[in-house]
Amino acid sequence: MANKEEILEGLAEIVNEETGVETADVQLDKSFTEDLDIDSISMMTIVVNAEEKFGVTIPDEEVKNLKTVGDAVNFIENAS
Amino acid sequence: MSHKVVVTGLGATTPIGGDVPTTWANALKGVSGIKKLEDSWVEEYQLPVYIAGRVAQDPLESGRLSKVEAKRQDPSGQLALVAAREAWADAGFSGENAEESEGVDPLRTAVSFGTGIGGVWTLLDAWDTLREKGPRRVLPMTVPMLMPNSCAAAVSMALNARAAAQTVVSACASSTEALDLGLELIRSGKADIVIAGGAEAAIHPMPLAAFAKMQALSSRNDDPQAASRPYDVNRDGFVMGEGAAALILESEEHAKARGAKIYAELAGTGVSADSYHITAPDPQALGATRALKEALEDGDIDPTTVVHVNAHATSTPVGDIPESLALHQTFGEHTKNIAVSATKSMTGHLLGGAGALEAILTVKAIEERKAPCTINLDQQDEQIDLDVVTDARELPSGEIVAMSNSFGFGGHNAVVAFRSYES
Repeated sequence: MANKEEILEGLAEIVNEETGVETADVQLDKSFTEDLDIDSISMMTIVVNAEEKFGVTIPDEEVKNLKTVGDAVNFIENAS
Repeated sequence: MSHKVVVTGLGATTPIGGDVPTTWANALKGVSGIKKLEDSWVEEYQLPVYIAGRVAQDPLESGRLSKVEAKRQDPSGQLALVAAREAWADAGFSGENAEESEGVDPLRTAVSFGTGIGGVWTLLDAWDTLREKGPRRVLPMTVPMLMPNSCAAAVSMALNARAAAQTVVSACASSTEALDLGLELIRSGKADIVIAGGAEAAIHPMPLAAFAKMQALSSRNDDPQAASRPYDVNRDGFVMGEGAAALILESEEHAKARGAKIYAELAGTGVSADSYHITAPDPQALGATRALKEALEDGDIDPTTVVHVNAHATSTPVGDIPESLALHQTFGEHTKNIAVSATKSMTGHLLGGAGALEAILTVKAIEERKAPCTINLDQQDEQIDLDVVTDARELPSGEIVAMSNSFGFGGHNAVVAFRSYES
């Protein structure tokens, strides 16, 4: 099971690969849409890759609640 | 009034070069881009054909595509972007896209792009993912990456072409028909600039297996570079290639106003349909002949000024013959004066990208007055009565016309005619 730090690191890698956003910019308090300029289709791609990487299921209806990177990290931590 | 259309930029990524200068230099030298495929799936599926012409340069190494862009494009879309950006830069615009370029109106800049198959890698990868991992793992970008208009859309987005982004799908005639459409977009006054071309990236085991099953591919696996041999008596099918090519078409007045270098005039185009057989060419070549004659008429071309033809010539036993007949039916006695090049002998068959690539080679032939090579022609088929250029050959000075033919499964015939341009 991954801890918060590892999840953040893994998520930052996924975000970087999908969108080109620097990994250092992917911080817990950052909003996916407002700060990182990630559109919904990129967000869904990130979710698919995060499910694969962390072995969790993130239901589609849950995705809209993941407003910040911290929301996603917490969800993944609790789900894994 | 109808606008005269000129070619002001060229871009290509092909099995014999990552750009136009390299591709052209190799086309004059007679370099083959065909290689044995070393992929694990060759063995896994026991493919009967395992030779093809992959692009000579990884699109990510072209400097014209970012990693993030590559993730959002099917391989065909990646190649389309590389070719379109080279063409845009070659045309000498002041910026990297229409918005940033002085004297360019994005609302009068269009895209006309062709593909034969579209995003086949994306489609089949997604199908594999669905079967192996279920629907949750199917990527959300799957549809926009596999749709056949994805190349036109990608080029339109990258270069801010907002007049139109149209897609022509007519198998191996696709990108020649895309040039026909591009010409009309400018002639009609809808656009000043059209990025016209085509792309294909279908070297995947499924299309290889399917083309092999229809006996369309050469099975000369033990001698890849000799496999694509148009017009030779021992030809046994085409060799799949991949790549993309794009031309910047521009109205003459627009090109002149910005002081652009003009390669040639896109003088005329002709298209027709056989309505004869889904894959076999009409042995009487009636449709191909009509397309050739239409291109001459459309461009107000004196047939005796035509000195060079880049033939469709794919290297299939039945396909290569009717084109010779079509040329004779069009040019009569003058046919013997025409230097015919079959460049698929080097590049393989780029399917939906073939027409645009061969159009570029035709434009370069006019610019440099040199007809490119036809390799592997050891013994010319007697049924093909053409003057085939084996070693690159000088073309005459003065006003000349050179043409490129493309024919596709489905009975699509398309011809483009370029005229030398004197400013």
